[in-house]
Amino acid sequence: MTRVLSYLNAVGEALRQEMQHDPSVVVFGEDNIGGTGCDGKLGNAWGPTQGLHEHFPDRVFDTPITESAFVGAAVGAAATGLRPVADLLFVDFAGVCFDQILNQAAKLRYMTAGKARVPLVLRAMYGTGMRRGAQHSQALYPLFAHIPGLKVVLPATPADAKGLMAAAIRDDDPVIFFEHKMLYFSHGDVPEEPYVVPLGQARVTRTGGDCTIVALGRMVAEAEKAADELVADGVQCEVIDPRTISPLDTGTIYDSVRRTGHLVVADESNPRCGVAGDIAALVAEHVFDALRGPVRVVTSPHAPVPFAPVLEDAYAPGADQIKAAVRTTIPVLARQEHAS
Amino acid sequence: MPDHPRPDRAELIDIYRTMRTIREFEERLHAEFPGGEIPGAVHLYAGQEAVAAGVCTVLTDEDYVASTHRGHGHAIAKGCDVTAMMLEIYGKAGGLCDGKGGSMHIADFDRGMLGANGVAAGGVPLSCGSALSAKVRGTDQVSVAFVGDGGANQGAFAESLVLASVWQLPVVFVVEDNGYAQATGTRFHLGGRDIAPRAEALGIPAVVVDGYDVLAVREAAAEAVLRARSSEGPTLLDCKAHRFFGHMEGWDQQAYRADGEVDRLVAERDCLRLFADTAIVRQTLTTAELADVDAAVRVLIDHAVDESKSAKDPDIGELLTDVYVTY
Ligand SMILES: Cc1ncc(C[n+]2csc(CCOP(=O)(O)OP(=O)(O)O)c2C)c(N)n1
Ligand SMILES: [Mg+2]
Repeated sequence: MTRVLSYLNAVGEALRQEMQHDPSVVVFGEDNIGGTGCDGKLGNAWGPTQGLHEHFPDRVFDTPITESAFVGAAVGAAATGLRPVADLLFVDFAGVCFDQILNQAAKLRYMTAGKARVPLVLRAMYGTGMRRGAQHSQALYPLFAHIPGLKVVLPATPADAKGLMAAAIRDDDPVIFFEHKMLYFSHGDVPEEPYVVPLGQARVTRTGGDCTIVALGRMVAEAEKAADELVADGVQCEVIDPRTISPLDTGTIYDSVRRTGHLVVADESNPRCGVAGDIAALVAEHVFDALRGPVRVVTSPHAPVPFAPVLEDAYAPGADQIKAAVRTTIPVLARQEHAS
Repeated sequence: MPDHPRPDRAELIDIYRTMRTIREFEERLHAEFPGGEIPGAVHLYAGQEAVAAGVCTVLTDEDYVASTHRGHGHAIAKGCDVTAMMLEIYGKAGGLCDGKGGSMHIADFDRGMLGANGVAAGGVPLSCGSALSAKVRGTDQVSVAFVGDGGANQGAFAESLVLASVWQLPVVFVVEDNGYAQATGTRFHLGGRDIAPRAEALGIPAVVVDGYDVLAVREAAAEAVLRARSSEGPTLLDCKAHRFFGHMEGWDQQAYRADGEVDRLVAERDCLRLFADTAIVRQTLTTAELADVDAAVRVLIDHAVDESKSAKDPDIGELLTDVYVTY
């Protein structure tokens, strides 16, 4: 049975079903219960763990503000028989515990020649739009995708949020699970029963033969909007949501570019050393012969995220920039654009 | 205390004005927030005014403070312009940081205010740095690091204590134990009752202070600041004062607080009322004088809010300034 669910509740449902399914799954983070024991009162958890402790009182914990310790503890617990889902709240706070992610979680399996596995999920909110300023709004997934040993997941829809979370929990490697804070209250059809969306399988959300748009996270909906509007110009775009950026489903991207000859990548993160540039480079290296126009990347600028609403709104890219990029990569349209 | 004798009339009035300004500023933000014009995350300091006011009254303009996400009180007590602060919180042109920082990043280096901070304990190591800077430059400037009870659980805080102790830095760590980190009570996240022993274990003098009593805070701060200025190293003040409002505006229904807890707090532990009722103040200041301060502060805050509501948005060109290169 399918019904409409928010992205936030879809993540929460996956947590609940996976905890049901597997007693080794534990969940912790700051206020994941919310107000442990204060006069016996609970309840200021916000987000997907709300109410979870009522079902699993022994497997949901609040933590002190000790990211180094509790993320590291998640690594150690994962290596010794549990499947922890630890909550960083904002991905920006990875700054205070990066060693545990980069040197411990990511390396253990390799360094021990596979004797240790780290089935850990690290949840993290990312992205602009909530007026949270420079230290609470970054889209830092490229940092993690850069590190061998980590998997990086970016669900764009409620259905994917649920299926990818289930897959992340069942996966035997450390997965950084990025939840866009502006998608939390977006709604979509979500099957009730447990299911898995495999890591490393892209989703083609629109088919079209004129231009491939690869879009990440919140940019997927923007790309779909751009694609819908470009139909009026007679341009049929194919929109690809990779869903996970490590592993990356390069096959689906290459096949599409071979058919369309054009590529635009839409990525909310900063432009240098990022995923958009990486996908552009991979395509240039592997399907250069198919390209019939320049690859365009649409990203945020190389600047921290500003606070003021007008500045933040100008910061993140959207459908308009994606449309403009598509127009300038297709020669006929670029010429029209130039002439007008 | 040679440096800081008992407060005179002028200082008592100043202390009161600082606390009243913070209270009015925060209550006004609380009242305005539901209107929807204030963007983002706003963490109010009401209830804790005596800590900022009691510490900053013994600092000079040249001394430094590094603040937290709950930073309005520290900024006001360090002398930041309240209209420019309000503009910043509204995300408008003319804000202390041109609208690029917001409530969680208010800073004014001309006033020694090194910034509120979005990361728990993020500012504490910065205070070790400004203390080192003063030491190397040969000035007698003192640095103060404010941190919450929750933030004090960070590695950055523990490491800063070690560094300050080993380097004998002129820094004062001011823990503001307001009973909660978001919704989690200290009883459940602190692993002990106080933070003070953590500093003592490193040879740093530490005292637990009644954070509702501004004169007690002032006395403890005066001693700590004198120690720092006389090259005798760091001190930690573990100040206890609970907040009146929720963790963050628009988010927190305070469901985790005990029945009647906040009402009792406001009725019995209001630092402004307690201050006005102390004998020393009663003998020195009149009710009319305090009322004059209240009236003047109200005008000031009204003005700050009016300006902020009608101010222009920042220029869009600001997006790409202050970053060394863009692509
Ligand atoms: C490293 C880090 N982890 C988590 C957060 C999210 N967060 C913001 S404020 C807060 C609670 C802080 O509690 P405390 O230090 O006691 O300050 P208070 O809010 O009580 O003034 C948390 C967990 C953060 N800002 N930084
Ligand atoms: Mg606190």
